[in-house]
Amino acid sequence: MNLAIRDIRHHAGRFVFTTLGVGLLLMIVMGMGGIYRGLIYEATLLVDRLGADLWVVQGTTRGPFAEISRIAANLEDRVRVVPGVARARRFVSHTIQREHNGTPLRMVVQGVAWPDDQGDWVPLVAGRGLRQAHFELIADQSLGLPLGERIKLGKDVYDVVGQTHGLVGTGGDGLAFFTVSDALAIQFDVPGEAVRLERAARRARVEDSDLGRLQPLLVERAAGLSSGIPAFATPPVSAILVTLKPGASEAAVRRILGTWPDISVYSTQEQKDLLLAGMVDKARRQLGLFRVLLIIISTIIIALIIYTLTLDKLRDIALLKLIGARNRFIGGLILQQALLMGACGFGIAWCLGFYLFPFFPRLVLIETPDLVSLGLIVLLISTLASLLGIWKALRIEPNTVLAV
Amino acid sequence: MNGVVSEAPAIDVTNLRKVYGQGHTEVVAIRAATLRIGRGEIVGLFGPSGSGKSTLLTAMALITPPTAGRIAIGGQPVMDGSHALVDARAFRRQNIGFVFQKPNLIPFLTALENVQVALEINDTPARQARQRALDLLGYLGVSPRANNLPDALSGGEQQRVAIARALANAPSLILADEPTASLDGALGRQVMALFAKVAHERRAGVLVVTHDHRTLDVFDRILDVEDGAIRERDMKDGMGGEAIASAIYEP
Repeated sequence: MNLAIRDIRHHAGRFVFTTLGVGLLLMIVMGMGGIYRGLIYEATLLVDRLGADLWVVQGTTRGPFAEISRIAANLEDRVRVVPGVARARRFVSHTIQREHNGTPLRMVVQGVAWPDDQGDWVPLVAGRGLRQAHFELIADQSLGLPLGERIKLGKDVYDVVGQTHGLVGTGGDGLAFFTVSDALAIQFDVPGEAVRLERAARRARVEDSDLGRLQPLLVERAAGLSSGIPAFATPPVSAILVTLKPGASEAAVRRILGTWPDISVYSTQEQKDLLLAGMVDKARRQLGLFRVLLIIISTIIIALIIYTLTLDKLRDIALLKLIGARNRFIGGLILQQALLMGACGFGIAWCLGFYLFPFFPRLVLIETPDLVSLGLIVLLISTLASLLGIWKALRIEPNTVLAV
Repeated sequence: MNGVVSEAPAIDVTNLRKVYGQGHTEVVAIRAATLRIGRGEIVGLFGPSGSGKSTLLTAMALITPPTAGRIAIGGQPVMDGSHALVDARAFRRQNIGFVFQKPNLIPFLTALENVQVALEINDTPARQARQRALDLLGYLGVSPRANNLPDALSGGEQQRVAIARALANAPSLILADEPTASLDGALGRQVMALFAKVAHERRAGVLVVTHDHRTLDVFDRILDVEDGAIRERDMKDGMGGEAIASAIYEP
């Protein structure tokens, strides 16, 4: 006969409500762990999917995920001729916030090196990759842009030709893939008036120089498109992604690239480590502290309710002692109740989380090892929580029951 | 008299003394109490409040150790002075049954489970415990209420269940502390008759601490406690008979 369950059945209301509260707390604990896992997953997703062997970034910087990295787009050509390199691609990444259909729309703009890279590696759930040099994008579903939707960014209108699911940046904003040139156009788009003022300023500067006075055609050039001025550098990109030839030595390629003073080179793993050590690490500590606090609170709640349940049946416990019940029988009764409360709370947390977490704005990723470790923690805190009740029960004298 | 027995007495108390405090605060609760209850015998223990009845009962129940004296239960020495000769709780489990003024049934267990738990505490397998509990409830006439929680039982039914629980492990000694105090006269008599039945049919020694003079006729012997001393009342003389100091019942 299990006295723990019979007692709980007798105090069902109190047990159910307390367990529900504990379950909600444990769901938050579980969710915080899931948010952390989600952060890591989202942060490293793009780095993994891009499939580069090496990342070439601006010299002395840690790459586009740690800080601003700007390197000349034509670095792609320099890298491509290094022995052992099979492929070099420009990589552009920046976050924009614009308005679409009257609501703010925040997205991470990713540039792919079209036509070499048409985004075929992007895991599509609908539509297709980029098939033309301009005005197409692949959008993540989290952006709320259906296939065929047209969106104006800068001065151009883009068609949504493909859709992904669950592809977000480190900040949780959905990814949108464009060709590199479109990504740069979106990044460096300036209002027409600013362009006119810049051209006028350039014209004035050239007119004031000897060269401008001697070469009137140069004045016209200076006041024209910036792309038409040979002295102007090509727009910078964030990084160059390097894919090695099969069997090529990564160390050898790095050794060569390491002699170039204008760049830094990282492996994909190093980029991920930098990413995690930077942005995610603080979030991990923050979430970790909250989890510890919530676990302590859960322990206190379980301990208090188990203690209260024990106080309610002190006379029964005294009677059990009087008729000869062993201490382990009485301690077991209280421990079982605490474990049952913890286990039910854990079950509630899991069930609620299973249905609620998908509605959270950021990915909450619950992994089996995390569930198992939380289960073990619940087991431990339930045991700890029962100690106060057990201590009280073992102190009660059997002759208490003789008092009227 | 029904208490004639040949086996070891249910309980044998010799020169039991219990003193609380010391020096100026010393209170002698029991002087040199000596008593013996045979198997199959029902004995009433009367006395005014503060006379030492409860102290004597808790000492006999191995709950409070005496200051001096010896106790043997079922022929086995269990206390020598304040020194326990056995594991008190384990010994109680197997050899002593208790009935209290209030039935003290566990409120979250049914009548059947209240009896069954006493058996399971004594390591009786669950199925066997259930059957024996049912038998005991039947013996005491409450089997139709076996699956009711205590709240749903009348006072008399609750006390019968408590007696069934006390009988669960076939103890050689049953100690009852004012078991009829919360019952009306008729119910009180029924319960006392049950104690007599248990004593005589189940060969248990039963000691009933009581104030209830309406039930004197069920007792084989009556002991009076006054100022920590025990006197046996002369049954022929009814309630006012001569007392025999520190009497020992010899069948």
